[in-house]
Amino acid sequence: MRKIRFIAQKEVYHILRDPRSLVIVFAMPILMTFLFGYAINMDIENITIAVADYDKTAASRQLTGDFINSTYFTPSAGKPAFQDPERLLKTGGAAGILTIRPGFAEALANGTEFELGMTVDGADAQLALAVQAYSNVLLSRFLLNQLPPGTNIGGVRISTLVKYNPDLKSSQFFVPGLVAILLLMISALLTSITIAREKETGTMEQLLTAPVKPREILLGKIIPYVVIAFLDGILVLIFAKVIFGMPFVGSKMLLLLFGLIYVTAALSIGILISSLVSTQQVAMMAALVTTVLPSVMLSGFMFAIKNMPTALQVLSHIVPARYFLVIIRGIMLKGSGLQILATQAAALVMLTLVLLTLASRKFKTTVG
Amino acid sequence: MKDSDAVYIENLTKKFGHFTAVDRISLAVRTGEIFGFLGANGAGKTTAIRMLCGLLLPTSGNGRVAGYDILTQSELIKRAIGYMSQKFSLYPDLTGRENVSFYGAAYGLGKSAIRDRLEILSDRLQLREFLDRPTASLPIGWRQRLALAVAILHRPRIIFLDEPTGGVDPVFRRRFWSILYELAEEDVTIFVTTHYMDEAEYCGRISIMHQGRIIEVGKPRDMITQHQAHNLEELFVDLIKGQDQADA
Repeated sequence: MRKIRFIAQKEVYHILRDPRSLVIVFAMPILMTFLFGYAINMDIENITIAVADYDKTAASRQLTGDFINSTYFTPSAGKPAFQDPERLLKTGGAAGILTIRPGFAEALANGTEFELGMTVDGADAQLALAVQAYSNVLLSRFLLNQLPPGTNIGGVRISTLVKYNPDLKSSQFFVPGLVAILLLMISALLTSITIAREKETGTMEQLLTAPVKPREILLGKIIPYVVIAFLDGILVLIFAKVIFGMPFVGSKMLLLLFGLIYVTAALSIGILISSLVSTQQVAMMAALVTTVLPSVMLSGFMFAIKNMPTALQVLSHIVPARYFLVIIRGIMLKGSGLQILATQAAALVMLTLVLLTLASRKFKTTVG
Repeated sequence: MKDSDAVYIENLTKKFGHFTAVDRISLAVRTGEIFGFLGANGAGKTTAIRMLCGLLLPTSGNGRVAGYDILTQSELIKRAIGYMSQKFSLYPDLTGRENVSFYGAAYGLGKSAIRDRLEILSDRLQLREFLDRPTASLPIGWRQRLALAVAILHRPRIIFLDEPTGGVDPVFRRRFWSILYELAEEDVTIFVTTHYMDEAEYCGRISIMHQGRIIEVGKPRDMITQHQAHNLEELFVDLIKGQDQADA
């Protein structure tokens, strides 16, 4: 026990005396929370559009007003050129251009077919989709208002009720994922680097000539990083609550329990890496490629797993963050209990056990 | 083997795949002896020392260090020996005192035992003036003194020194050796590798290793007379050349 404590204490000295690791440990979580919370805003509103009105009637002006006064759209600063309205798209002055050809008011009055033009900048696919969807909504609304008063067209509507994240804020989607990534990154990346550093400098050899068991070295090195990982997780959650009003509906104890299992998986990966490599640089690259990258790309953090190619979907099953992400989102946003999360929990436990077995075997054979 | 042997090995062999790093070496080192373990780079010295220290398991052969079996009792061996490697093996961001405390704890020494030992060693190795500075900022000679303090902190019966004076100035090397002599007086066995031939002459006995095998063991003076060489350096070069010709 005493040896473990001394190793842990030494590790804390290393962390406190190395400004770079301090930055990774404390500044990065805060920076990432800001980045994901503010800068990476996936909520699409106030899209800049321009209207090229060649009809110039009361009806066309009414439609124009409906579009640019909605919360979805804001008018572009520049007016579209009469000859070449699409120029505005190329220069980035607008994300979409509504073209109202002459004859709009006439068609409206006669009830004949008429096509409005909506030219969209497809460079940002998500934005383009949003422009199309919003345009249809606004047009339907406009057309309904054209009907004579008292017309009864039946009352069928879709009532959309968004549960758990009623405002569809992306911060609520990102923050739990951020906690998952941070726990993983700090546990796997920093542990593998610290073990690789001792191998690189030769202190591991010196330590192993002392009567210290590999198990003691491992525990002593791991414990400080687990504590830091959890402090960081809590820091991000507090931050998210204060700044983004992030809710926490479910059981904190349950989340802590799963957090521990998840961190064990992450540490196992870190130890596996460190027993395979002998320099800090390689350890860092390997940890980034095997933990952080898959967790950002393949866990459902940024991209939905069901939209991925089959091969990547299969691969995502060995990414621990995949399971933890469902669990943490479930607990935080929906207040899900163990029963609902049972499948994910079982998968996470299984994966953790496999990784832990591999890691402890490998560590013993390389240093013992 | 005799009970007075600190190190006793028989046909010790280590293979890495097809490469034989250490090839059936046998050796006996008496308690309190200063034994020089010589050989060119890549001769297998470090591999041999690592097997003796319990860092590496031999492929075949057997041996005892401090009376314990190197195959089965490496934990007991680790308590009885001190080790100082050619690499600077202290934590550069910790101070000398922190390094010593840490390794002391690793050897299971209590707080007061560490303090008492450090007090004695500070005088003996003249550590006091730089004990509270990060070791990264120390000149190499001072660092090596600290590394020696770490290696002998727990009063080992045998010390393995793998090129302890590499890169160290002559004044300090002399001082370093006088400390080793003092330790040997206290019946501590010194097992040392070196590239400096003047240092080899300080040893009670030496062995010369070449391509994994020990090709010569004896007192330095005897070996020089026996082979009619002028000095140890000439003898060393002749022996290795001769061995290469015999192999060819």
